[in-house]
Amino acid sequence: MEKITTHTGVGVPLRRSNVDTDQIIPAVYLKRVTRSGFEDGLFAAWRNDESFVLNDPAYAAGSVLVAGPDFGTGSSREHAVWALQNYGFKAVLSSRFGDIFRGNAGKSGLVAGQVDEKVVQRLWDHLEQHPGSEVTVDLESRTVRAGEGPDAIEDSFDIDDYTRWRLLEGLDDIGLTLSHEDRIRAFEGTRPTYRPRTLA
Amino acid sequence: MGKTLAEKVWDEHVVRSASGEPDLLYIDLHLIHEVTSPQAFEGLRLAGRGVRRPDLTLATEDHNVPTIDQDKPIADLVSRTQVETLRRNAEEFGVRLHPLGDIEQGIVHVVGPQLGLTQPGMTIVCGDSHTSTHGAFGAIAFGIGTSEVEHVLATQTLMQAKPKTMAVTIGGSLPAGVTAKDMVLTLIAHTGTGGGQGYIVEYRGQAIEELSMEARMTLCNMSIEWGAKAGLVAPDQTTFDYLEGRPEAPKGADWDAALAHWRTLVTDDDAVFDEEIVLDASMMTPFVTWGTNPGQGVPLGGRVPDPADYEAGNDRVAVEKALEYMGLRAGTTMRDVEVDTVFVGSCTNGRIEDLRVAAEIIEGRTVDENTRLLVVPGSVRVRLQAEDEGLDVIFKEAGGEWRGAGCSMCLGMNPDQLAPGERSASTSNRNFEGRQGKGGRTHLVSVPVAAATAIRGTLSSPSDLPRLPLVEEARQRRLETPHDGEEA
Repeated sequence: MEKITTHTGVGVPLRRSNVDTDQIIPAVYLKRVTRSGFEDGLFAAWRNDESFVLNDPAYAAGSVLVAGPDFGTGSSREHAVWALQNYGFKAVLSSRFGDIFRGNAGKSGLVAGQVDEKVVQRLWDHLEQHPGSEVTVDLESRTVRAGEGPDAIEDSFDIDDYTRWRLLEGLDDIGLTLSHEDRIRAFEGTRPTYRPRTLA
Repeated sequence: MGKTLAEKVWDEHVVRSASGEPDLLYIDLHLIHEVTSPQAFEGLRLAGRGVRRPDLTLATEDHNVPTIDQDKPIADLVSRTQVETLRRNAEEFGVRLHPLGDIEQGIVHVVGPQLGLTQPGMTIVCGDSHTSTHGAFGAIAFGIGTSEVEHVLATQTLMQAKPKTMAVTIGGSLPAGVTAKDMVLTLIAHTGTGGGQGYIVEYRGQAIEELSMEARMTLCNMSIEWGAKAGLVAPDQTTFDYLEGRPEAPKGADWDAALAHWRTLVTDDDAVFDEEIVLDASMMTPFVTWGTNPGQGVPLGGRVPDPADYEAGNDRVAVEKALEYMGLRAGTTMRDVEVDTVFVGSCTNGRIEDLRVAAEIIEGRTVDENTRLLVVPGSVRVRLQAEDEGLDVIFKEAGGEWRGAGCSMCLGMNPDQLAPGERSASTSNRNFEGRQGKGGRTHLVSVPVAAATAIRGTLSSPSDLPRLPLVEEARQRRLETPHDGEEA
């Protein structure tokens, strides 16, 4: 996985709460067997609406999504993370994420930063007043920055220590786990015999 | 200090624990389906890795399969490719697969329990958020993404931070006609879609103890809809009776050893939960959703809410957007909402008990002329059992459609979809925008509400239907006469 330290890019204000993964990418787009090409399904239903934020040319090149609470709830589909990444997003900020989505983001290298709801509100206002302006998501210092001068926004975001470390180092989880292969083997030796097996 | 059930099961599966790192958790059973696995197998292939424990892995085809003409090649070529990819991967990596046409095929969360593979005290994962269903047996079961599917395939473990624990204590008894589905919809309306976030939830109390295994599965199934990591119920005699004799349940001395351990899987009296919610089942009524997330629900006897009653700002805007999408006016009586399609099925309500309840209500009646009834059994076994009991005939004679097993209209990945603007009463788990088809409008309901709605064409409960004394008498006589061969 690519290392991530800090990212600066166009911020996209998504003024919606409870953006479930069916909204991020509807099920009919999940039939591909690759990890790429899902950008066409990103927010597919909403993109038919001319007034949807990504249809505004000022935001079309967005890479930092700022969303309302409970972003990424619902289905476990990692395609939701891939669709955001395939489109060009590097980070999503919200005051609360669906658990599985946040986990998937960490595995795939999309920064899911949890910020206070007031910060979301300020970022929304700022990004709407200054369409196309940039937001910086600094993983090293866990800070989000936008704007300049007296109205500048700077605040911290939460991401768990372990995920942050893995993203900063660009580490592969499976490789890390396999370094504990001896422990896994030892554990397997202690499993009760009554546990079911799927193969005879 | 004692431990909660969730802590006991968790601690028994920790392979490695280190400060500042998530626990490395051993996985007892990994369930797989066609949609969230292809990229995981491809990842293994690219890294030159194998499946560590194919003997703890089971695959089935469920999400995108058609529910008619299941013996013919899948017409949708992209769906067909995905299913064929699963077949190739299962073959190449030695994974047991129950494909279309197999007697054990069905929705992954229906198949695991019915085979007896889902057992108390296990850790179970699947690339599907409704894996929480298996918590009904006192297992820790949760949905994972495709990267984690690959991780489990390669290592049979997962890195997971230990969640907090919450008790949802539901006292009293559910009134007649009120189901586990109403219970969980009531709970989600109470907590919101994020209320369980970060917790493994234990459902407990008299009302939970009184639920059948299938009803417990319905309840645990929707744990994810209020954000919980997992939901579980302590195993008890109901659990053991359900499991005994199932094909993959322990036998002989293994059964005795398993049972001895399973009986220890209860929350200790002096254990402390991080959070507790207390509800009273005896106050619950049939519950339906009006909005576009599972927390937006009211009793069937209620009305569509008024955005003006919500705090100005994001909350009000969310309600306004939901009503606009749903095509509903504030103040409308829920019972006046006309429904185009009734869907009975899914991993929430697609098991045999659900179909029996639906059939009992529908028997001797006719589906409303403007309403379509779609009944989709959760597995081939459920379908065959229902046909053995003649339930399919009841649905068909009433004007309903009887289908093959699969996820079907729950997520509309196959041809079973709502048309834009079409409205459903659905026994499934999600009423998200477009969930059942682009522009489709979903009301989540229990099985009795679904069945009564199919007859009346508007959201209804069985109490809204005129009684059919002759049908009831005939049913009673049937129940009193043993089936041929049943005593053999």
